Amino acid sequence: MPVYQIVHVIVFLILTVMTLGGALGVVVSRNLFHSALFLVLSFAGVVGYYVLLDAGFLAVVQLLIYIGAIAILILFAVMLTRGLMDKRQSQTNQQWLIAGLAALLTFIVLAVVLWQVDWPVASEQVLASPSMAIGAKGSQLGQDLLGTYVIPFEVASVLLFVALIGAVILARETES
Amino acid sequence: MDTIVLWLTNLIPQMSEPVARLVVHLVYAGVLSFVAPVVVVVAFTYMERKVIARIQDRVGPNRAGPLGVLQGLADAVKMLTKEDITPQNADRPVYNLAPGIAVIGVILIYAVLPFAPGVVGADLNVGVLYIVAVGGIGTMAVLMAGWSSDNKYSMLSAFRVVAQMISYEIPVIIALLMVVLVAGSMQMGEIIAAQDVPFLFTLPLAFFIFFVATIAEIGRSPFDLLEAESEIVAGFHVEYSGMKFAFFFIGEYMHLFVGAGLVTTLFLGGWRGPLLGNVVSDASLFGMLLGFVYFLIKTVFVIFLMIWVRGTLPRFRIDHLLDFGWKFLVPVGLFGLMAVALILKLPFLSSSGLQWVGLLVANVAVIVISLALVSMAARRSRSVALRGVAGADR
Amino acid sequence: MVLSEFTFVGILVIVASLLPIAGLGFASLVRPKKPNPVKQSTYECGIEAIGDAWVQFRAQYYIYALVFVIFDIEAVFLLPWAVAYNQLPLYALLEAVLFILILVLALAYVWRKGALRWS
Repeated sequence: MPVYQIVHVIVFLILTVMTLGGALGVVVSRNLFHSALFLVLSFAGVVGYYVLLDAGFLAVVQLLIYIGAIAILILFAVMLTRGLMDKRQSQTNQQWLIAGLAALLTFIVLAVVLWQVDWPVASEQVLASPSMAIGAKGSQLGQDLLGTYVIPFEVASVLLFVALIGAVILARETES
Repeated sequence: MDTIVLWLTNLIPQMSEPVARLVVHLVYAGVLSFVAPVVVVVAFTYMERKVIARIQDRVGPNRAGPLGVLQGLADAVKMLTKEDITPQNADRPVYNLAPGIAVIGVILIYAVLPFAPGVVGADLNVGVLYIVAVGGIGTMAVLMAGWSSDNKYSMLSAFRVVAQMISYEIPVIIALLMVVLVAGSMQMGEIIAAQDVPFLFTLPLAFFIFFVATIAEIGRSPFDLLEAESEIVAGFHVEYSGMKFAFFFIGEYMHLFVGAGLVTTLFLGGWRGPLLGNVVSDASLFGMLLGFVYFLIKTVFVIFLMIWVRGTLPRFRIDHLLDFGWKFLVPVGLFGLMAVALILKLPFLSSSGLQWVGLLVANVAVIVISLALVSMAARRSRSVALRGVAGADR
Repeated sequence: MVLSEFTFVGILVIVASLLPIAGLGFASLVRPKKPNPVKQSTYECGIEAIGDAWVQFRAQYYIYALVFVIFDIEAVFLLPWAVAYNQLPLYALLEAVLFILILVLALAYVWRKGALRWS
């Protein structure tokens, strides 16, 4: 039914405004705390994208990890930086012209790449297969993770261990 | 919701099925957003104050209306008509958004709670994880409130509240992992269906961890250091007055109800009960009503337990609180998780249908061993108080 | 387009955001408005507020948040395992136990090094 299409497009537009607007807000906002909150808005937009793509598990994981954990971490980090609380930072420094040119160049390169490359699009068949539907047949993800991808699974835990060691070193440094 | 949609399309034949579905969803969302807060807050503030009063050997509210039942209404009128005093240097947009976000975050949890067979907003495939994820929104609201109030104590309290909330999110997830292991799905409907023997009996360790961690997440006593009146003034919402404060308050009580509802659904079998499913069909409207009644009874009982805990235990100190979360609940939870995983793979148990006995034994064993270890550590500890508790000085 | 199971969640977000708007809107009509500078100064137990509203943010909070992120990600990895567990063969148990043990070890290390101490 076309109604679903219209709703889909409207939701997509709203999410795009959220995500891009949030990202813009991060950079443009003069208040550091507001920047962090705009980042959270951007993350929330991405949650919506995952829902639109029928990836329920990823959407919820994005909400849990990015908004529930990493955003908190960033906010704590913002609050740790003393003098920047409400001082109005100048938004530009002396190298703004060169930086602006570099950003423009990067944008052009990325745009060209995104436009020209023939991205492989999953066919309907692949999308309907059980391994793709993380939501519908949840156990397939688990089976893959513990089966084909078991080495990355274990390596992930080692990676997390290393990150924790890093946290301890951080703690040591702040104490001394 | 299919039964209700069907009933509606039978009632109004001109309505097509998708439209009926939309209408049902809208009405349900409206009920959750507007009716539930009022009912939950009025009913459970009254219940809490009466029960706490009796525990403390006094009567509780008895002036507003017969037996004090209109107390909630009186409080609501008071909150509505109080002046909204905003501090001069408060960060206005953030300050105004915070209470709204706190409330929205809590209402979103209600979307996956199955109140009756077939009555659930969205029986998500990732229901269990969704609950924890949406809880994180509340944490964000606290930080926003604390920071934007331009008040030292408010900020200090907000940091502590967030530290407390994140410290107890991991034990919640571990307890949920144990439930998901046994049920084989994150979907709330399937978890209820898997509880022929309620998980309270098969996974008592998970029940304990989830119950305690939920009380800590809500921020109730004995974990309420951060909003205790005698401690850091009123905590992160000290600069809020009137309706904005009311929203934090509403958020807390709604979180209480939904937390108890989750304990009921995950460990007490949700809306299941005698006669439902066999004598009374769960697709019928009467079946739904019966299921809802069972759900309410169990949830009110769990809330009573939480109020009982509040009236009995003294407040925890912040370092005890955090230590309890990280150094006791998380390791014990992880070992319990491994024990449950082990039991589930033992072939002789699953075939004989006695798996739940094996799980129960494993859970109890983990509890006993961990308590013994803690007791031993307490005996060897240099803290006099701790040794006294463990009975080492006798 | 498939009608997502999250449709209701979207509807609820929209309807739920009407509650604070309606509540605050109604309250703003009903309540008194008498601002004065004394009322609007920040609350500091009855005395004048001294200094900026900024406190010594202890780095310990950041450590707790960091440890929380690590364990959050670990739990997220364990969820698909838990869902698929009944269909998985026996060695899945060992793989997961290895995963959990590495992280228990990490927790023990962090504990011993004193990073989890409030003081």
